[in-house]
Amino acid sequence: MQPVMLITGTRKGIGRFLVDRYVARGYVVAGCSREPFEGAAPENYHHYCVDVTDEPHVVEMVRDVSKRFGGIAALINNAGVAAMNHLLLTPVATIERIFRTNVFGTFIVMREVAKVMSSARHGRIVNFATVATPLNLEGEASYAASKAAVESLTRVAARELAPFQITVNAVGPTPVLTDLIRNVPKQKMDALIAAQSIRRMGEYRDVANVIDFFIAADSDFVTGQTLYLGGIN
Amino acid sequence: METRNLALEIVTTVVQDMSGELAYPSLRNVSPETPLFGGPDGIDSLSLVRIVAEVEREAEQKAGKRVVLADERAMSMRHSPFRSVTSLADLLAERLGE
Repeated sequence: MQPVMLITGTRKGIGRFLVDRYVARGYVVAGCSREPFEGAAPENYHHYCVDVTDEPHVVEMVRDVSKRFGGIAALINNAGVAAMNHLLLTPVATIERIFRTNVFGTFIVMREVAKVMSSARHGRIVNFATVATPLNLEGEASYAASKAAVESLTRVAARELAPFQITVNAVGPTPVLTDLIRNVPKQKMDALIAAQSIRRMGEYRDVANVIDFFIAADSDFVTGQTLYLGGIN
Repeated sequence: METRNLALEIVTTVVQDMSGELAYPSLRNVSPETPLFGGPDGIDSLSLVRIVAEVEREAEQKAGKRVVLADERAMSMRHSPFRSVTSLADLLAERLGE
């Protein structure tokens, strides 16, 4: 039977890349985003127009995926939003919006999928962190703080879900050319990359490589970890 | 079926179904008096989590209503609603009736 993977935030960027990658590797992939999928969906990909912050719809989606495809082996909690602004200029509405998607959305999907995985006594969950957290990047207070919360969620969830043979880890990408960083000034981006041990822009394959490791069958002794790319710690 | 009876049936069935896997002698013959959490024959917290999650799932399927059992209200009750099959069924009936 083909393993089933749920990926959030699949409409574009890394999420879209991951859909193609894991379909090609024999997964049945279900994905979601607020908007319809862009372009032709590959065979074995099933899209749900669901906002990860919408609890009833997430519950419905997870139940449907589990029923239709027979469980969920891996969850890639990729959906996220970012915003850059100085602390003094950041409205509460902005930090609320960021926390709602990055923290509450990650939590809701993780909780619902973990219920399915706990019955199967197996599962792999990968959340998304960021190097903005350990680098304490100026202008990213809301985003970095939300991802710090995701790291904490990851560590605690790893402990609580370990008895069900579910692992929970996080990947912390460096800047990768996506919509999230399109508006970051070049000077700022150069300084950020200069802070890395390996000074280049991240690529989708770098992120996917870490996910491959976390979801591998042999990674059953790896949980509660956040792995930053580019040599940042 | 009356809500209280449905709630008792859901809780009893869930505990019965999970009793083999949880392997507690106290869960061998499930009745309304079967102890769950707390006391000398009680199950551990992780087993309780599994039972409550399963009861919530079953309740949604059989009663068509999504309920949350382990919330602040339940945690702060004078007598824990998780102490036995009957007390958990009472809690479930109450939530289904809201």
